[in-house]
Amino acid sequence: MSINSVVCIKQVPDTSQVWIDPETGSLVRKGIPSVANPYDLYALETALGIRDRFGGFITALSMGPPQAEEVLRKALGYGVDRAVLLSDRAFAGADTLATTYALAAAVKKIAAGRPSQTGGGSGVDIVFCGKQSIDGDTGQVGPGLARRLGFSQLTYVCSLIEIDVKAGCVEAWRRREDGRELLRAQLPVAVTVTEQCSHIRYASLPDLIAAAKKPVEVWSVPDLDVDRGRLGLKGSPTRVSRIFAPPARKRGETLSAPSKPVTEVVENLFDRLSERGLKIGRRGG
Amino acid sequence: MAEEKKNAARRGRNNLAAEDASVNAANGGEVWVVIEHEGPEAASVSWELVGAARLLADELGVRAAAVIIGAGGRELAARACASGAAAAYLASGPKLEVYSADPHCQALVELAVRHKPGIILLGATTRGRDLASAAATELETGLTADCTELKIDPEKKLLLQTRPAFGGNVMATIITPRHQPQMATVRPGVFPQPGHLPEAPGEIITSRARLKATAASVKQLEFIPDPEDELSLQGAKVIVAGGRGLKAARNFALLEELAQELGGTVAASRAAVDAGWISAQRQVGQTGQTVRPVLYFAMGISGAIQHLAGMQASDIVVAVNNDPGAPIFEVADYGIVGDLFEVAPALLEEVRRRKAQAGAAGGLRIETGTSK
Ligand SMILES: Cc1cc2nc3c(=O)[nH]c(=O)nc-3n(C[C@H](O)[C@H](O)[C@H](O)COP(=O)(O)OP(=O)(O)OC[C@H]3O[C@@H](n4cnc5c(N)ncnc54)[C@H](O)[C@@H]3O)c2cc1C
Ligand SMILES: Nc1ncnc2c1ncn2[C@@H]1O[C@H](COP(=O)(O)O)[C@@H](O)[C@H]1O
Repeated sequence: MSINSVVCIKQVPDTSQVWIDPETGSLVRKGIPSVANPYDLYALETALGIRDRFGGFITALSMGPPQAEEVLRKALGYGVDRAVLLSDRAFAGADTLATTYALAAAVKKIAAGRPSQTGGGSGVDIVFCGKQSIDGDTGQVGPGLARRLGFSQLTYVCSLIEIDVKAGCVEAWRRREDGRELLRAQLPVAVTVTEQCSHIRYASLPDLIAAAKKPVEVWSVPDLDVDRGRLGLKGSPTRVSRIFAPPARKRGETLSAPSKPVTEVVENLFDRLSERGLKIGRRGG
Repeated sequence: MAEEKKNAARRGRNNLAAEDASVNAANGGEVWVVIEHEGPEAASVSWELVGAARLLADELGVRAAAVIIGAGGRELAARACASGAAAAYLASGPKLEVYSADPHCQALVELAVRHKPGIILLGATTRGRDLASAAATELETGLTADCTELKIDPEKKLLLQTRPAFGGNVMATIITPRHQPQMATVRPGVFPQPGHLPEAPGEIITSRARLKATAASVKQLEFIPDPEDELSLQGAKVIVAGGRGLKAARNFALLEELAQELGGTVAASRAAVDAGWISAQRQVGQTGQTVRPVLYFAMGISGAIQHLAGMQASDIVVAVNNDPGAPIFEVADYGIVGDLFEVAPALLEEVRRRKAQAGAAGGLRIETGTSK
């Protein structure tokens, strides 16, 4: 018995270095290093952990410009079996709806090439995504893929604990604002994972050597069964109408001075807070 | 392929919507809020959104309506109407009692296809995002996540959805110019709780959802709530955050006490989480949570950009750090240069003194509108 999975990995700019040029009002991302979306590495580790226990085949999948091949190389280094990059000008400018359209088509193609192990009718049992990307920050791609593929949807998974291959289901803990819930989902399933899952392992030397010989397959539009009009910017219902710098916080007041007793400083602080409508005592809210 | 035909039909539907592009929400489409609830208990963000939906709807000259899927609908509908909704859509069905993405998505999509709302809003919670993403995919429309501001474009009548992007370094205003409905999730705490309107009740439209059998199935086996005293970071009005400057796990007790006196909760930098002093749930920042309390204390936190990304939207920031050059002071409204092991107890003392003076229990009283 084995579990076939696809891990979706996005190459993202190191967002802490992206900024708005106050002169031109435009986004500055030139020269900013790209990294694998950090959550996607938790997704990858979860997939690797499952393959350790159940066996199976892992395909790393990314959509992006040609240089996104880097993140797939990295995934191969961790030992994934296959790497596929969707790269074509027609994919550019996609919002999450157009992204899931393309990624779902790729998952279907990957599935068609693999026999189903768990009877879900699909050659892919689990699609893993990060809980969100750090540039887009939407968390919409995972659920979108679940919908398009007709898979069960498991978001914000903080630990995937069991797979019952015979019954064709997985059990996982899901994070919510008020606690965590244990869910049982029917395979095939699309899972998005949080940072509470295990950290990515160290890539082993044999895997790294083997990875250097493995190809990253690049698929363009003709490789997929898709309708061009639904891809990229054309296929995206949302538009960015304006970008701007967040209202900058200004350096405020320094309340302390070397000679001032700390009691006076904190008294001063609460006086200031009180002036701004934050008063101590009675019910909050 | 059958799949292709179905998609073509769907596209047809959306192309119709595309033709009256600029009258997107103005063509009578209501402004909907999907109420997130378990039985008769709803998430507070849902009511915040009903209040906001009412303002948007008034501007568009349409109705604001609540969508309530599953049990407990009547009571919630009354509350929604008292909060500003003119109508409530109640969908019931056997699979809708407990939230699960597939049946709830189907129920919402069925209502949306039938009644053609102009706008659908949900809370940007783990459940709201889960449902919104599924439904937007099914409706083949745009969805903007985690909005922190919503407005109506006065000319085109489109919904202007503003949200942080790139870890908070950039703000973006997103529009959905040619698709119906325009969908957005909105962060909790962005809009105020609406007051009670006397003019309720509104219209109640009930229906039984016709759910298709699908392969997708997710069942809840168990739920373990977080301890009651651990107020969630999202809902907290006051957050006392600690960093590496705290030096040891046990010192978080100091912050805990202060937070409790203020009616708030404790958070941390990644350095403190990595040191194992506090759970990862409490991490604020780019790879943790984004918070926007009224008052944020940064105690022994240097203010790395990744940390700032998660707390910059707080109304008031107070920083305590013994290094006058710490970058956290650049974003602090009030900076205290000093040893936190001296300052934190003094803060605690002062809060207690003031509370005793006011002769009342409770935390921080916030008079809205005056902060900032
Ligand atoms: C991809 C990536 C993602 C990241 N995501 C996050 C994130 O989500 N959240 C996050 O917080 N970080 C994140 N980081 C880490 C971040 O870069 C910093 O390393 C981290 O925020 C530092 O935490 P700190 O301020 O507690 O520790 P330090 O930087 O070590 O600062 C400790 C501060 O305490 C002060 N101090 C020490 N003793 C005292 C005392 N007695 N009294 C008063 N002050 C004292 C010191 O002057 C110092 O300024 C991320 C990093 C990367 C690369
Ligand atoms: N272009 C992409 N290529 C591969 N995976 C992606 C892409 N965009 C999003 N994803 C996956 O979807 C998750 C959520 O992304 P988002 O919805 O953009 O926040 C990411 O963590 C990735 O796993």
